[in-house]
Amino acid sequence: MSDTITLWIDKQPITAIKGETILEAALRNGIEIPNLCYNKKVSHTASCRLCIVNIAGRPGAIPACTTPAEEGMTITCFSPALEKVRRTTLDLALSNHNDDCISCVKDASCQLQDLAFRYNLGFKDRQFPPIWEELNKTSDFSSQVLNYDASKCIQCKRCIKACSELQGKGVLTFVNRGIRTTVGTGYAEWKDSKCDGCGECAQICPVGAITVKQFYGPRTRIRQKDIERVVRTTCPYCGVGCQLDVATRRCFSEGVGSKDLMIQVTGADVVPNYGRTCVKGRFGLDFVTRPDRLKRPMIRKEGKLVEVEWPEAISYTAHRLSEIRAKHGPAAIAGLSSARCTNEENYLFQKFIRSSIGSPHIDHCARLCHASTVAGLAITLGSGAMTNSIAELEHASVILVTGSNTTETHPVIATYIKRAVLHHKAKLIVVDPREIDLCRFATLWLRQRNGTDIAWINGMVQAIIENGWENKAFIASHTENFDATREVMKKYDAKTVEHLTGIPAAQLVKAAKLFAQAKTASIVYSMGITQHAHGTDNVKAISNLALVAGQIGRESTGVNPLRGQNNVQGACDMGALPNVFPGYQKVDDATAHDKFATAWHNKHLPEKVGMTVTEIMGAAHDGTVKALYIMGENPMISDPDITHVKASLAHLECLIVQDIFLTETAELADVVLPASSFAEKTGTYTNTERRILPLARIVDPPGDARADWEIVQSLAQALGHAWNYDDTNDILREINALVPQYAGITPERLAAGERLQWPCPSVTHPGTRFLHKDGAFSRGKGLFSAVDHIAAKEQPCAEYPFVLNTGRMLYHYHTCSMTRRTEALPRYVKDAYMEMCKADCDALGVAHGEIVRVSSRRGAINIPVKLTEIVAVGSVFIPFHFAEAAANVLTNTAIDPTAKIPELKVCAVKIEKL
Amino acid sequence: MKAKPRAYVMVSVDANTVVIGAREVKNRLAAEIGLRGLGDEVRVVETGSFGSVSAGVVAAVMPDGIVYGHLTVGSIARLVEEHFVKGRPVREWILPGEHPLPDPETADARQLQHFGRIVLDNCGRIDPDSIDESIANDGYFALGKALTEMTPAAVIDGVKASCLRGRGGAGFPTGLKWSFCAKEVADIKYVICNADEGEPGTFKDRLIMEGDPHKVIEGMALCGYAIGATQGYIYIRGEYRLSIERMRAAIDAARRHGLLGRKILGSGFDFDIDIKIGAGAYVCGEETALIESMEGKRGLPRVKPPFPAQKGFRGKPTNVNNVETLASVPFIIHHGAEAFRAIGAAGMPGTKVYTILGHIARPGLIEVPTSVTLRDVLEDYAGGMRPGAFKMAQLGGTAGEILAPEMLDVPLNADALAKTGHTLGSGAILFMNESVGVCDFLHACIKFFAHESCGNCNPCRNGMAVLLELTARLKAGKGYPGDVELMEELVMGMKSIAFCPLGQSPAAPVLSALRYFRSEVRAGIDPDAIRPNPEHTLRTLLQLAG
Ligand SMILES: Cc1cc2nc3c(=O)[nH]c(=O)nc-3n(C[C@H](O)[C@H](O)[C@H](O)COP(=O)(O)O)c2cc1C
Ligand code: SF4
Ligand code: SF4
Ligand code: SF4
Ligand code: SF4
Ligand code: FES
Repeated sequence: MSDTITLWIDKQPITAIKGETILEAALRNGIEIPNLCYNKKVSHTASCRLCIVNIAGRPGAIPACTTPAEEGMTITCFSPALEKVRRTTLDLALSNHNDDCISCVKDASCQLQDLAFRYNLGFKDRQFPPIWEELNKTSDFSSQVLNYDASKCIQCKRCIKACSELQGKGVLTFVNRGIRTTVGTGYAEWKDSKCDGCGECAQICPVGAITVKQFYGPRTRIRQKDIERVVRTTCPYCGVGCQLDVATRRCFSEGVGSKDLMIQVTGADVVPNYGRTCVKGRFGLDFVTRPDRLKRPMIRKEGKLVEVEWPEAISYTAHRLSEIRAKHGPAAIAGLSSARCTNEENYLFQKFIRSSIGSPHIDHCARLCHASTVAGLAITLGSGAMTNSIAELEHASVILVTGSNTTETHPVIATYIKRAVLHHKAKLIVVDPREIDLCRFATLWLRQRNGTDIAWINGMVQAIIENGWENKAFIASHTENFDATREVMKKYDAKTVEHLTGIPAAQLVKAAKLFAQAKTASIVYSMGITQHAHGTDNVKAISNLALVAGQIGRESTGVNPLRGQNNVQGACDMGALPNVFPGYQKVDDATAHDKFATAWHNKHLPEKVGMTVTEIMGAAHDGTVKALYIMGENPMISDPDITHVKASLAHLECLIVQDIFLTETAELADVVLPASSFAEKTGTYTNTERRILPLARIVDPPGDARADWEIVQSLAQALGHAWNYDDTNDILREINALVPQYAGITPERLAAGERLQWPCPSVTHPGTRFLHKDGAFSRGKGLFSAVDHIAAKEQPCAEYPFVLNTGRMLYHYHTCSMTRRTEALPRYVKDAYMEMCKADCDALGVAHGEIVRVSSRRGAINIPVKLTEIVAVGSVFIPFHFAEAAANVLTNTAIDPTAKIPELKVCAVKIEKL
Repeated sequence: MKAKPRAYVMVSVDANTVVIGAREVKNRLAAEIGLRGLGDEVRVVETGSFGSVSAGVVAAVMPDGIVYGHLTVGSIARLVEEHFVKGRPVREWILPGEHPLPDPETADARQLQHFGRIVLDNCGRIDPDSIDESIANDGYFALGKALTEMTPAAVIDGVKASCLRGRGGAGFPTGLKWSFCAKEVADIKYVICNADEGEPGTFKDRLIMEGDPHKVIEGMALCGYAIGATQGYIYIRGEYRLSIERMRAAIDAARRHGLLGRKILGSGFDFDIDIKIGAGAYVCGEETALIESMEGKRGLPRVKPPFPAQKGFRGKPTNVNNVETLASVPFIIHHGAEAFRAIGAAGMPGTKVYTILGHIARPGLIEVPTSVTLRDVLEDYAGGMRPGAFKMAQLGGTAGEILAPEMLDVPLNADALAKTGHTLGSGAILFMNESVGVCDFLHACIKFFAHESCGNCNPCRNGMAVLLELTARLKAGKGYPGDVELMEELVMGMKSIAFCPLGQSPAAPVLSALRYFRSEVRAGIDPDAIRPNPEHTLRTLLQLAG
């Protein structure tokens, strides 16, 4: 083979891969050259000096970790002389190390301890005095999630490099010099720094210097060797789908007895995250063991929820449902499925609503985030998902990020974007009204006025056409409707766009040029684009941009909507939408209808498109929908205009809520069904890059809680349907048979470790890394759309002078039902806040932390102000997570005509000092 | 046109004297002379160091050759009255034996040969702020010659033929170094003049820059021409305020005279110089750390290879030379390699500039041919030991080796020293009498290194601290048996594997001290002490640096 070379280590021939260092080649061949500062993921530091070798023809001792392996090299690794120097060197490292192994969490998993053992350097075998005792270096235990014990730090610099090179954060640095060198943040205390608790540094530390605080299990301290079992699973938080290794141990706890408990979480070194995680994945999973988990079914009796046994709960629920169906017809019942449940559960839930109940009204909260993506991209490209893969972002030459505060909402995807800039010279263009974290990495930051996205996107398209930067060949052979679109674009010259959006004309043109002329350019967007009354048009405009420049259908290009929740992609794929069966097969298409009627042995499947979440709430309010079955959602916080939602739910005859906690919505329910969390069941999630990732049953569910799919199956059986799934694999096989995109993603392939991306039409298909290869679009040709700028439905006015933007933040997730029940996350941010800039604060005479009253035409909340220059003058931002100051009391229900997504991103508010 | 003045008063304004009021003295002198109506006849100029560090504010009257020392603002009126008005030198203020140049009448032949200066020839003789004076003293002659008569290759050949070796410490052949960089192909190359001079007690580079900045500029331009570089940087340590000021003024003047900038002297050669101010750490003097620091990063050494000649500043081919090395080049190009090789020793010809200090009569700055011995320096330049008798000398700064009396007659050049297992180092000679204990001295050296260790690599960071403890024990007479051998093993280990030369440095003083004074070091061991096992406490209260 041409890309391997042969070299000689201690007279033994070994094969190295070109580009490897001597150390890497040796380690791969099982030759254990001692090393401490080396880690394959970060650049070399060459500071521990243990990996020294002799190379024939070169003078002196040479570090193996920095020296490239070359053909024919003759290397000496383990001569007595080298071993002697190594031993002395290690002895030196130990002289400045508090090796109190007996109480160290790294005991038995520590690289330094391993080497000390190997070189027989116990206390009595050392030559050098214990200098560290004299130094009193300052440790720092202030971080919310980490501990730094300076007396254990060996200054290998791996943490510093991990923080900057892997996570793109650059929080850590060496402080002090010489013998006093320690790791620090440059702030007085760790907790004051910009550290966001991702834990990458702790994961890479070879010794017990940076360690994680213990949030899991009954013990306060856990060592690696206390771990009995490690189970790989998928993070239940965002759509990245990080693979986590969850460690467990059998522990005794009061009232529960002896049982396996989660004791530690680390990032697994596999696709899609390659070891990285964010603070939620690593430190935010203890909600699973919270005492207030729902453990028994409950039924409202005389106005109160009382615990009952499962048989009663199931038969009662089935009875109520059949009663209502008999009286008002199946369409009086609606179901809200869940982007947090597995594919199998979503599949079963929509099957239950459509087949067991016979109602067309099935939807889920994707309506509130990416319905416009699904609708828009289906029209323009033929497939409503991320066209490319996460890892490809790292190699794009230009990345345009808009409407996504990626660092906070998809923290691990943000690391790929930052790495593209830091390590591969990519140019980043950020278009966002807020000065988000990624702006620090951006070549260009364009700050548009909220809700003017079509204008700037059209402006870029126009600039590209005007300057002849468009990809003519691509347009000619792979697209349609270009000419009509070009006509409309003519209105959007850079000057006009500057007027509409506030983006300086020159910058817009510069961005257009960068984007169009890039070797590969990728668009990344999220809810800033979709959550608008013209969200579908926004998405179409985005597709125009990719099409006009031909930046699609190749590696590291494409249109990449980042899906918010862990399984929002899967829930859509599984047909938890009112208009499509699983696999986007249209309910009103006769063939599809027949296919599912046959498969489900039910000739009476609904033939019409059902109602969306927003419409279901309306129908509940006016009495056409009488019963609502909600699986794993909390519309009392997440939906716009909560006051209206509450009234609607109150009108229902029967509200069934299936969840793991008694959420704000569950509190209003007639029936509450306790479900299993992600850690207690099997099944699969589909992440934002269309990759199917399995869950594992790590621990037992609390009390009588059951997996959602089991509950749905019981209800179906109680309604007289002969469902008989033994496990989630049974369901997945049914999905394989009915959903063409998933046909090849079988339980067997998953078990064999394959992590496939749909479409994967057969068991031999390798899955699809990027869609629309070589311009072969799912719909045939890429469709240009002549979309026009439409102003946001609500404009600031004299009475409501501020523009309110809502969104997410790093430390909380969705409606906080999980994150607030963790120990670590509220340590960072506990309560709601509203971002406002200094100029506006001054004008209103309010200070940082002061509580103000914010009102819109729909409601009002009281909320403390957070002074920050992230937001522009005249705009404010509220994270939507918090019940006590729910942003969605204020937001507008104006909806997109196609996707029915509400305009959560823009509404007009007034702010009053209290 | 003004008449040519009858006399010049050169006031030595250098970094040492400026703090004791040299500027004020100079201003007062000019004012007084003006007051007496002598302004046209007597010109007062600032000049660099005369090579004395213990004579207060010094001024020389030329062409009379009289040098006054310990001047204050208060003494000026009398000086002007007596010397310039009445024509009577003030005897009691004249410095004995201080000569900006040797007195041809009294010097013997050997001394005369020793006084042939090529780097410091203008120091103390010209106004460093006047490019005209520099030019009048052959400044930029060599550059003109190279640009008009020589190809870049010929310049490199000339430097090679001269056998000039780096004066920054390592003694690497300069011509060879230049040829590495010359053969790289790149859109831009750089010349860096290393003026970081971090060795305690060494300030020769500072005095060269302050005394004759144009020589440094000319040397850099010659290097640039030879290797194909268009941009030069002088990396000067931040404390060298006056050097920075003088270099800056000199660069401006050179630009104005078309000696820097585009198309120098009408040739096709473009070259400019900027000043970078150093961050202060000793290790920043190491060439790759210096480059890192210039790039705005923490000044840590880089992994070599690649060498700066391949990937240096901003990843481009870069040649780094010491100030003195570069200042030697104009002489070579002007007078030819032969003339240079005629001076000093064969293996390392030319002169060497030293700062000499310690227990000697006349500490200061000297330039001597590379053939002189330690004894020559001590007797002819330093004025002998004062007080006491010679015990040892450290040659080349803190990282230098310790020489015992038996080494007094070895010529001070790389070759001759190498024969006896020694190196030359950077250009400081510290003379010590018998009052200095070897262990105390080693401890002081280590303390400096421990303070300067950047902390990046394990052997240096931790090794220095351990050495500090070992030397502290020994100097207190509390060493454990075996400590000397341990120290030896440790410094040898550090020498072989420390990341950069700083961590490798203790080997030189420690091993040479053990070579000549082993028994004295061993006397620091307490024969009754038993090394505890494990060693759970430090024997001394470590005063760790930082
Ligand atoms: C720790 C350390 C400090 C150094 N400090 C200096 C210095 O202050 N000035 C200097 O010219 N060279 C210094 N050097 C040497 C430089 O690395 C380099 O060899 C020199 O600038 C090359 O110039 P030359 O070839 O003209 O001698 C130092 C080297 C080390 C290892
Ligand atoms: S870091 Fe390693 S060597 Fe140090 S105390 Fe912990 S286990 Fe022992
Ligand atoms: S936890 Fe993450 S952000 Fe914080 S210091 Fe460690 S690597 Fe950096
Ligand atoms: S904290 Fe850990 S990773 Fe960081 S320098 Fe110290 S030992 Fe290395
Ligand atoms: S040898 Fe010393 S100065 Fe050099 S890199 Fe190592 S710690 Fe830093
Ligand atoms: S692994 Fe090579 S120096 Fe640390």
